[in-house]
Amino acid sequence: MALQSLDIAKRSATTTEPPQARKTLEIAKLIDVSKCIGCKACQVACMQWNDLRDEVGSCGGTYDNPTDMTDQSWTVMRYAEVESEDRGLEWLIRKDGCMHCEDPGCLKACPSPGAIIKYANGIVDFHQENCIGCGYCVTGCPFNVPRISKKDSKAYKCTLCSDRVAVGLEPACVKVCPTGSISFGSKEDMKELAEERVTELKERGFKNAGLYDPAGVGGTHVMYVLNHADKPSLYSGLPDDPTIAPTVSLWKGFAKPLAMAGIAAAALGGLFHYVMKGPNEVSKEVEAEVEKELEAEK
Amino acid sequence: MIRDPSDLQRYNASERANHWVVGICFILLALSGLALFHPALFPLTGLFGGGVWTRILHPFVGVIMMLFFVVMFFRFKHLNQMSDTDWEWVKRAKEMVDGDDHNMPEMGKYNGGQKLLFWFLGLAMLVLFVSGIIIWRAYFSHYFPIGVIRLGAVLHAAFAAVMIIAIIVHVYAAIWVRGTIRAMLYGTVTRAWAKQHHRAWYRQVTGK
Ligand code: HEM
Ligand code: SF4
Repeated sequence: MALQSLDIAKRSATTTEPPQARKTLEIAKLIDVSKCIGCKACQVACMQWNDLRDEVGSCGGTYDNPTDMTDQSWTVMRYAEVESEDRGLEWLIRKDGCMHCEDPGCLKACPSPGAIIKYANGIVDFHQENCIGCGYCVTGCPFNVPRISKKDSKAYKCTLCSDRVAVGLEPACVKVCPTGSISFGSKEDMKELAEERVTELKERGFKNAGLYDPAGVGGTHVMYVLNHADKPSLYSGLPDDPTIAPTVSLWKGFAKPLAMAGIAAAALGGLFHYVMKGPNEVSKEVEAEVEKELEAEK
Repeated sequence: MIRDPSDLQRYNASERANHWVVGICFILLALSGLALFHPALFPLTGLFGGGVWTRILHPFVGVIMMLFFVVMFFRFKHLNQMSDTDWEWVKRAKEMVDGDDHNMPEMGKYNGGQKLLFWFLGLAMLVLFVSGIIIWRAYFSHYFPIGVIRLGAVLHAAFAAVMIIAIIVHVYAAIWVRGTIRAMLYGTVTRAWAKQHHRAWYRQVTGK
């Protein structure tokens, strides 16, 4: 999207510096799961703003509907029933979607220049016109977010409403949330807001309440306030300590220059070997021997 | 076509065709694979009609290569068993690379280096095929857990890189040892070539 072309912080499969003359504010979306009632207004707003219509699926016996993110459902509510000794039965509801990582595994893995862009404001956006459909972003993402469309083989996910944010609006989900569970603003402000809420929750007995802004991926631009921040995985498998997998770091880090150097060395090695040692020709002696053998045969 | 009636047949037409199908597939796979491997080489996707076509075509070419490679593998397997002399050859390969092959042990149809390359390529094709299927997002990736896909991606890239290096060495060896390439083009080599480079094979086919 050319709209914010000057505000790019990272671009997939690009080894040179991005344009960075302009400085923008780092933004974040804060999802307070303790205020969420699971009404799915955000899911609907996302579909409406982005012109998405998922197929009508089937009921899996829970409120999860659709049961997973798809190319048409960029955010889904996940409902976990968790029982514990001290608190009894709890219904932990989490709005799942792209976390907009500071160090995005999807962007690191992407082989196509400009298919994934991280804006200076922190939003990670997929640019489908450059997407080749290889699915490497799925391999790279620590949160299992990107989905490849069956129709066009392109990758899709939450854009954090980059188009709305670019013109000073909040994301569609933030706009509609009836309980004020989702807030949007500068990352600084959102952290402060989270801190206030965490103190409140602690006063109310959630002694492990806290902010989910995982350092393993450099922090995220979608953050959660969790009433059990000591165990994020209670919330339908939110990773406890997400990082870009070591296999992905190896594949996209060290392996690249090493392999390129190896291939170049082999090709140049051959050329210089030929130039310096000369070709390996059949010797005159052997040729004469063979001539003699043939003569003798006749 | 025989240039000189005393030339020795090294490969029949079907073996040569088989090798060239594998070779052409390899070049297409290396170019299309490298295009996705390193940003500096992404422009190679232009050779295949763009990034999307490169992504679509690569795995299908891989499957074709695998089919023909398997045939070739079983054709040549029995000729590539390592013997003590082959290991001796490998130990002294440096002398030959330095330009002096007078004291190298007598070799059969293939030398120790060629045989090791053969077995390495067998392994590499197996790993590339299995990992290639695992990272083939359109049809197969959803059958595998994410950890396996990630491992598949690293292994595919690593084995591809080493295999490309191995094939560069393979092709260079054929260029460096004059009179070799014709073996794969029209099937024959001169007697002198055979006597110098593969003396045991020369004795075997000529009875000398
Ligand atoms: C044997 C069958 C093979 C299959 C099924 C296969 C499949 C794949 C697939 C699915 C990809 C991901 C990109 C895409 O979706 O097109 C890929 C990437 C790649 N392939 Fe293959 N491939 C095979 C053989 C080979 C061979 C023989 C080479 C070596 C010349 C090779 C080199 C590569 C490279 C360098 C990449 C890019 C890896 C990266 O992005 O890090 N492949 N292959
Ligand atoms: S959550 Fe996944 S898709 Fe979103 S920015 Fe992070 S790595 Fe990319």
